[in-house]
Amino acid sequence: MSAPVLVFAESFGSRFRRAAFEAVTEGRRLADITGAEERALVIGQGLKEKAGELGKYGADRILVADDPALALFHPDYYRQIMLEAVKKCSPSIILIPATSTGKDLAPRIAVHLNTGVASECTQLDLQNGELIATRPAYAGKVLLKVKINGTPKIASLRPNVFTAKEKSPPSNPSVESLTFEKPDSRMVVKEFVAHVSKKMDLTEASIIISGGRGMGGPENYKILDELAEVMGGVVGASRASVDAGWRPHSDQVGQTGRTVSPTLYIACGISGAIQHRVGMVDSKVIVAINKDPEAPIFSFADYGIVGDVFEVVPALIQEMRKFYGKT
Amino acid sequence: MINPYEEYALEQGVQLKEKHGGEVTVLTLGPEKSTQVILKALALGADKAIHLKSDSFPDDPSAIAHAIADEVKSLEFDILLFGKKGVDDDNHQVGQMVSELLGVPCVTQVVNLDLSDGKAVAHREVEGGSLVVETALPAAFTTEKDLVVPRYASLRELVAARKKPIHVKEPKYYAPGLGTVFVQYPPLRPPGRIIGKGVEAVPVLVKLLHEEAKVI
Repeated sequence: MSAPVLVFAESFGSRFRRAAFEAVTEGRRLADITGAEERALVIGQGLKEKAGELGKYGADRILVADDPALALFHPDYYRQIMLEAVKKCSPSIILIPATSTGKDLAPRIAVHLNTGVASECTQLDLQNGELIATRPAYAGKVLLKVKINGTPKIASLRPNVFTAKEKSPPSNPSVESLTFEKPDSRMVVKEFVAHVSKKMDLTEASIIISGGRGMGGPENYKILDELAEVMGGVVGASRASVDAGWRPHSDQVGQTGRTVSPTLYIACGISGAIQHRVGMVDSKVIVAINKDPEAPIFSFADYGIVGDVFEVVPALIQEMRKFYGKT
Repeated sequence: MINPYEEYALEQGVQLKEKHGGEVTVLTLGPEKSTQVILKALALGADKAIHLKSDSFPDDPSAIAHAIADEVKSLEFDILLFGKKGVDDDNHQVGQMVSELLGVPCVTQVVNLDLSDGKAVAHREVEGGSLVVETALPAAFTTEKDLVVPRYASLRELVAARKKPIHVKEPKYYAPGLGTVFVQYPPLRPPGRIIGKGVEAVPVLVKLLHEEAKVI
């Protein structure tokens, strides 16, 4: 039997992130190909009882480090636990969600394991037993297929790209506790301060309504908020509107903002410049509403409407209300 | 050009110097032409530069991190600043790797940084909010957009930059952690399709999203 696949099943606030289920599903797929076991690593607080949920996605064994000090991501604590888990199961492959936590953690453990990391992968393949990771680079203009020199192979997976799939029948994983002894650290993680809006993060949303320069000003975003509310989506923004101070940077989609891949992306008053395109081109379906028929976004939007956002969006709100039965 | 995230790092460094005193050193690993980047950084307020010059150094996060750590470990510093990632290959690794190699605390994706009493308080941007992290110095930070607003250099500063010291040396070679086996263009999206103009197109859109695309 080959060495196991180890997956970091990230959590926040005592629940698993969807990216954790996506990574466990992908880990299962790879483990099936190599005939290996899948181990999932859970770090956090109040997760022991929920750890079994990962069996639905195919984890064979679950390692849990559960401690109040682990409620928020602490690089030194999480690194120590991750390295302990690696020592315990000598994995051939480690999968980590490419979230803010995962992107912080992966290179740290790679240094200690003397191996490399393929970041923000959008596809993984095994060719003759070797892991080949696909990752976008150069503003999404190329896809690099990379191999990792060193063992274990570490890959971080871009959220929302891999599909979380429940396995039938589910695995019945064993759950093992890892002991956690706080290491010395010069960092103190004080608190998590939620964004005022408390909305879902863009990288986790399946419907995104984004506004650009064409929105004209911050006050005009309320129609996008309304559309998002009707459709159960989240509002995003282009760089132009963030640089203008209309929206916070956490809303920004694009090269210097979030990279998103929702099921549906509705771009309102966004021209679709390359900096924006790279952040959303992997969306399943793209809708563009723009009054300029020459806007680049129409060259790659699945459905384009040429028109004034201030006419089209209100009409769309009405139509969506009807569709969702919220009249 | 300077990588955009490193522009925030440089600006933050210069602002810290202006507020708390000290000196800003820029370090670049790159070929001869990186001199242009270094001169720009010196014009923007850095005091001196180290150029690890190589035309053939692997473009690889682990190799680069090891070479940088080798150089930095012989320097005295309170703060190390990195861009959170390069916007060419988006690896998002070097800052953390250098910090781990040096054994210094590292806070990534920082949107706000304050120093007082030999300690730093950094806000790092995470999904749905920010994490407030306090750390002893020396420490490393990787920058998120909007940490600070980068300034522009005046012509006078550009000229003065040429008088600032640049220490050129060869980086120690390290083997890459990644190997590119294939480069391909991403699959093209189907060409865009305009379904109509103005509000009349809206019912058509909803129907298409539901019946054809099946996303609502």
